[in-house]
Amino acid sequence: MSDISQRLRRYFLVYTGSFLLLVLLLGVLERFGLPPHWIGYSFLFLTIILYASIGVIARTSDVSEYYVAGRRIPALYNGMATGADWMSAASFMGMAGTLFLSGYQGLAYVMGWTGGYVLVALLLAPYLRRFGQYTIPDFLGERYGGNAARLVGVGATVLASFVYVVAQIYGVGLITSRFVGLQFEVGVFVGLAGILVCSFLGGMRAVTWTQVAQYVILIVAYIVPVAMLSYKATGLPLPQLVYGEVLERVEALETTIFNAPAELEVRRLYRERADAFASRIDHLPESLSEERQRLSAAISEMKSGDASMRDIVVVERQRRELPQTAAEARDYWEGSMRQAAERGAPPIHHATPFPGASEEERDTSRLNFLALVFCLMVGTAALPHVLMRYYTTPTVREARSSVFWSLFFILLLYFTAPAYAVFAKYEIYSGVIGSSISELPGWIAAWSKVGLVAIEDMNGDGLLQLAELTLNPDVIVLATPEIAGLPYVVSGLVAAGALAAALSTADGLLLTIAGALSHDVYYKIIRPGATTQWRLLVSKTMLLIVAVVAATVAAQKPASILFMVSWAFSIAAAAFFPALVCGIFWKRANRAGAVSAMLVGLALTVYYLVRVQFDAIPWLGIHGIGMAPWFGIQSVSAGVWGVAAGFVTLVVVSLLTSPPSQRIQDFVESVRYPRTMR
Amino acid sequence: MSTTRNARYWRRNMIVTAMLLLLWFLVTFVASYFARELNGVTFLGFPLGFYMGAQGALVVYVFIVWFYAYYMNRLDREYGVEEGGD
Repeated sequence: MSDISQRLRRYFLVYTGSFLLLVLLLGVLERFGLPPHWIGYSFLFLTIILYASIGVIARTSDVSEYYVAGRRIPALYNGMATGADWMSAASFMGMAGTLFLSGYQGLAYVMGWTGGYVLVALLLAPYLRRFGQYTIPDFLGERYGGNAARLVGVGATVLASFVYVVAQIYGVGLITSRFVGLQFEVGVFVGLAGILVCSFLGGMRAVTWTQVAQYVILIVAYIVPVAMLSYKATGLPLPQLVYGEVLERVEALETTIFNAPAELEVRRLYRERADAFASRIDHLPESLSEERQRLSAAISEMKSGDASMRDIVVVERQRRELPQTAAEARDYWEGSMRQAAERGAPPIHHATPFPGASEEERDTSRLNFLALVFCLMVGTAALPHVLMRYYTTPTVREARSSVFWSLFFILLLYFTAPAYAVFAKYEIYSGVIGSSISELPGWIAAWSKVGLVAIEDMNGDGLLQLAELTLNPDVIVLATPEIAGLPYVVSGLVAAGALAAALSTADGLLLTIAGALSHDVYYKIIRPGATTQWRLLVSKTMLLIVAVVAATVAAQKPASILFMVSWAFSIAAAAFFPALVCGIFWKRANRAGAVSAMLVGLALTVYYLVRVQFDAIPWLGIHGIGMAPWFGIQSVSAGVWGVAAGFVTLVVVSLLTSPPSQRIQDFVESVRYPRTMR
Repeated sequence: MSTTRNARYWRRNMIVTAMLLLLWFLVTFVASYFARELNGVTFLGFPLGFYMGAQGALVVYVFIVWFYAYYMNRLDREYGVEEGGD
């Protein structure tokens, strides 16, 4: 045992050392004139080749190796793999960006995505390891008996993990399109190949060791740029410790910028624009034809005058993009109105919690913050791809320490994210805001092309005001090295890190979905007598199908990454948490209770999420289903209702029906102790 | 005989779990609830409310998970339910 772990440590150190050397080497080559796109290519392809080699070396045809890595991953490495599995494109790219845009409110993600591990450690991991099967639906099936709980579990696994995996593949497309210059859709499928090489041949064993490798890359890539920024701003390369001081400077800059006359003017103009949209919406449907006539008149006037062809084309496009029906126009203009109103609203200081115009609004904002933290935490403790990782440790004891190592490795990044946001804000507020629009740095143009940055000279003064700059949250991490003028090798490193984060999470998720479908549905329900070869073949086929479907969905560029991921948390929380926790801690919980709790929780969450978020689902021909949120809770926190309803349903239905059999009560007893009493 | 020992082991597990969950609840929800008030205090150069969300709560989480592993591993040995060494 110690021989193996020593060999592992040696491999690990050699690997980490060579990665750092590679980064330094590319940095030196850049000094000697290696063109940037070569650096981008080197990072992307060298890392993907690395993952592929690990995938090939660790290939396996053993079922236990394929599903749970033979249950011999030491706690430390399982912690690292869980860290990579856990930290997704959303953590890597989206979180610092969200913190940048919403300040204190973004801390809900920092707390939620770490505090959830407390629940994993105390309530789930050791017991699941003691149970020691292959998937989460396995546990539900065994604990509650029959196929119903297992099937509902499979459904919820697929639903939550699929939303999540689409977000990862979307992230891969974004990175490859920006750094290698591939078309977004092509980038998505290149990324797909990168994901499949790891998981297809070696299953969990290959994915685990790839994830360990990916963790190293992603954490180095995340910390290096902030450390450099920190050194630049404060003279100390320890961003996590010194950003309090920079936060103070940011707050001072904010006070100056927020109250500058030009900013006030720009915000007033945006509010006027919002009002104009509001009055147009009030005057539907006449206003739609008026608008079309107005644009037509403008075009003919421009054509007869001496307007440039480019201006005419712009207006013609506006006319072409005008909605066709009054209902569409309402949706379209309401969106534009909200956007304009947001930019016209007074901005919020970075460290201010729960902003709002009135005491009531501030209370709602606080309630939403707490609800979001709750959903993210419970969701963390219910996501099958995370829980599954604790099946891979050798013992219950190692499972417990493995949660500690997971949280430790995750913390390294989550400690840094708020610092990242503050340093990026400092760079942008002190360096970019107020400069001339014609002389803006190159990164703005580069990222505008991908559609993640937009500027609009609202007041026509030729200078960039804060309210005129639109940044997509995903851009902050990817663009910070360019924003701060760091060498291009740092940008390449960040791209490789983001890619590692997205690929590692996607691998874990695909394996979870394929495992649920092949192990739980095919092997446990359809053909219990299937041979090992068949089981693996089915699993690999499922993996391939799910991966291709997910990539196809991601190529449609659905809503922002972080947003979609938050849905997965609410869904998983409501579906799994009550049934899993009561399954361990309450012997009286029975099948009827668990199945109805999962269904009620899931249905309520999806119902709330859809009705609060959407007023219409055009491709289903549904309109006017929007509803006012209950107590002002936003759709991302829909899980609050689902989890509560799930617990209530479970208790009530279990008590109304007969208690579970003695065999099942003994089973519950058995998972509570690491080993039967001597 | 062994059933009462089982019950005692489980009860001690429940007590430590409940206490740690209470700590988790305090640093997460109670501290966030009063974030605005806490921001009046400066800690290591940060407004305290912001610091709790960004770092303070996280440190406590790691401590909770570490302590639970440490305590339970010891309890396993005490009650003779630890797994054989491999």
